[in-house]
Amino acid sequence: MTEQAHIKLQKGSIEKTTTTLNLGPTHPATHGVFQNILELDGERIVSATQTVGYIHRAFEKIAERRPLYQITPLTDRLNYCSSPLNNMGWHITCEKLLGIQTPKRVDYLRVIIMELSRISDHLICNSIVGVDTGAYTGFLYVMQYRELIYEIYEEICGSRLTTNMGRIGGFERNFNDVAFQKLEKFLKEYPAVLKEFINLFERNRIFMERTQGTGGIDADRALNYGFTGPNLRAAGIDYDVRVHTPYSSYQDFQFNIPTGTTGDNYDRWQVRNAEMWESLNIIEQAYRKVQEFKGTDADVFHANVSEYYLPEKKDVYTKMESLIWHFKIVMGEINMPVGEVYQSVEGANGELGFYLISDGGRTPYRLHFRRPCFIYYQAYDELVRGSMLSDAIVTLSSLNLIAGEMDA
Amino acid sequence: MSRPVSYNVNIKPLESDISIGESPEGVPGEGFFATSLDKVVGMARKNSIWPLPFATSCCGIEFMATMGSHYDLARFGSERVGFSPRQCDLLMVMGTIAKKMGPVVKQVYLQMAEPRWVIAVGACACSGGIFDTYSVLQGIDQVVPVDVYVPGCPPRPEAILDGFIRIQDLVGKESLRRRNGEKYKLLLESYGIQ
Amino acid sequence: MALSNELIKQKLIAKFEEQVSCFSDSYDMLTFEAPKEMNLKVLSFLFDDETLKFRFLTALCAVHYPESSGGELAVVYHLHSLSENVRIRFKVFTDIKKPDVYSATGLFSTANWMERETYDFYGVNFIGHPNLIRILNVEEMDYFPMRKEFPLEDQSRIDKDDEMFGR
Repeated sequence: MTEQAHIKLQKGSIEKTTTTLNLGPTHPATHGVFQNILELDGERIVSATQTVGYIHRAFEKIAERRPLYQITPLTDRLNYCSSPLNNMGWHITCEKLLGIQTPKRVDYLRVIIMELSRISDHLICNSIVGVDTGAYTGFLYVMQYRELIYEIYEEICGSRLTTNMGRIGGFERNFNDVAFQKLEKFLKEYPAVLKEFINLFERNRIFMERTQGTGGIDADRALNYGFTGPNLRAAGIDYDVRVHTPYSSYQDFQFNIPTGTTGDNYDRWQVRNAEMWESLNIIEQAYRKVQEFKGTDADVFHANVSEYYLPEKKDVYTKMESLIWHFKIVMGEINMPVGEVYQSVEGANGELGFYLISDGGRTPYRLHFRRPCFIYYQAYDELVRGSMLSDAIVTLSSLNLIAGEMDA
Repeated sequence: MSRPVSYNVNIKPLESDISIGESPEGVPGEGFFATSLDKVVGMARKNSIWPLPFATSCCGIEFMATMGSHYDLARFGSERVGFSPRQCDLLMVMGTIAKKMGPVVKQVYLQMAEPRWVIAVGACACSGGIFDTYSVLQGIDQVVPVDVYVPGCPPRPEAILDGFIRIQDLVGKESLRRRNGEKYKLLLESYGIQ
Repeated sequence: MALSNELIKQKLIAKFEEQVSCFSDSYDMLTFEAPKEMNLKVLSFLFDDETLKFRFLTALCAVHYPESSGGELAVVYHLHSLSENVRIRFKVFTDIKKPDVYSATGLFSTANWMERETYDFYGVNFIGHPNLIRILNVEEMDYFPMRKEFPLEDQSRIDKDDEMFGR
């Protein structure tokens, strides 16, 4: 008894009837580094307190020290499941600030790449939802086909995951024939795989029981919480940046915006699958449009902006002027115009925004990333409150939380 | 510049369905095989490593590819990827470790049972990578001892596999007494681990 | 496009007169400023007005201008009217010595973490915020790292040789 006298108990901890559970930062059942302190009453969740910042890397501070081109690798590492999409978003932002008009062919090529990365992102998210509901098969099955997408990236930029793809005004080189052949292979093989993947889950009793009616949010709350992307559309609001503020010539394409009704895990999963079909549709349209360019038009892969676009390597080795420009661009010795730009693209997780303030110097004065993950993760408490502990895991993965994007 | 599609057309035919590793040096005989205990234990350990993927960011996605059907880490005796440190032999740290995360890495390392190995996958885990900032730990070797570093941002799955094979080499050749040695104790003490 | 930038501007001026100022159209986005005491009034007017309906807070961040004394910190709101599909940018400036700004969490639930992030980076003290603590950095941190005077790199490092590589 005497020993117990100096054990300090927290106030109210004896009368406490709930259990506290630390879910994370490295919990066997979670993916990525998020901490959730759950208060449990039996297996029911009474409340959840999220902690983030476990991989905070100070992107916004780094961006204040880097010229435009050196920020592209940072955007890779935001949502690393769909890096090219972030690269394109950043380059589109720069182009808006610099007043660069990109040729149509560049826009269409970008659309192909952006939709491919959307597919690869949704693929990971949906297969992980499968893993968390106890079905590992889907994951193993579709990983094979994500490799096909990565092979296309490799042909275009030489890299798989963190692509650092493109330049201000276009791409670093034209797509080669192999890239298009691989794209055709993908377009031919993927639909059957996706159909089969969906069949594995869609009417699977266990999967439906686990996901339907869990982690739901209604449209009003979703908007108030700043949801965007598939998570908002699952709640029934057809807001899509590609349609509402078109960029990169998205207005030239015909596609639907899939929406759900209840905003629960099942709807999110369905919306992502439907978006993959739409993305395939968009890629096919874009590929057809790209093939319509003939002659010299078919060689256009960047806008004519010599001040910001690296000169051709051959010229750098032989011509003085090109060498000077190459040096200036690489070292970031070119001043930007003064201005404030907000540009957003429809990232795989929602509206990915770049707020760029330039004071006329070589580096941004301030660059703020609107990171959809960070914004919607705060609703997690409301999503899981009252549900079972196992639903919390599924909700976590079906929101598609990417730690890199969340913590920046 | 057009070049032919580069799929692997020269697939090496399988010699047999099951490939058997080389047996260690020793004396074979009728119904017995004599060799040193070190070698047998090393062989057993190296072909049954249970990795603990401590994936924080981009490299974790590449690890998913490594673990997935295409690259298949299970070929190396690591079918079972465990997420509980108590049961695992190999801590694979993949991705940026922020200062907020540093103590967690150390905690996980402490929870693992000896013998344990650590592999740092990716530039961030090795050295902080491109993130020389106030919030990022400049390499996990500041908090835990590391056996193998895999560079790259992120490393390709082949590179991760290569790092894994190097760990297997280390594991196979490790002397049974290493973990009791003075040198090892000093190493742990330099990290403040008793 | 029924709702033009000019119309929004007129509505704001009709309601707040000369208290809203510095209107500009930077890259097609209407930008304006207001005194920091007015921020909630302006936000809720934009939220409630039947024709404007700026009910989606896209982004909230701060900017540090060390030179402009008395208004070193700017808090920038990006608002979106989804029904009219118009975006606007709204700024308030505050003194860095007394960085008190009213919290918008009552209007937008999403402002909760955005404001915590802004506090974490710049030290803007949002009055009325339910839980204003650091979010991304460690709790023990005693400065606001995104302010311009603080360096990017960790100063306690000794393993990088400055003479050879510079920092």
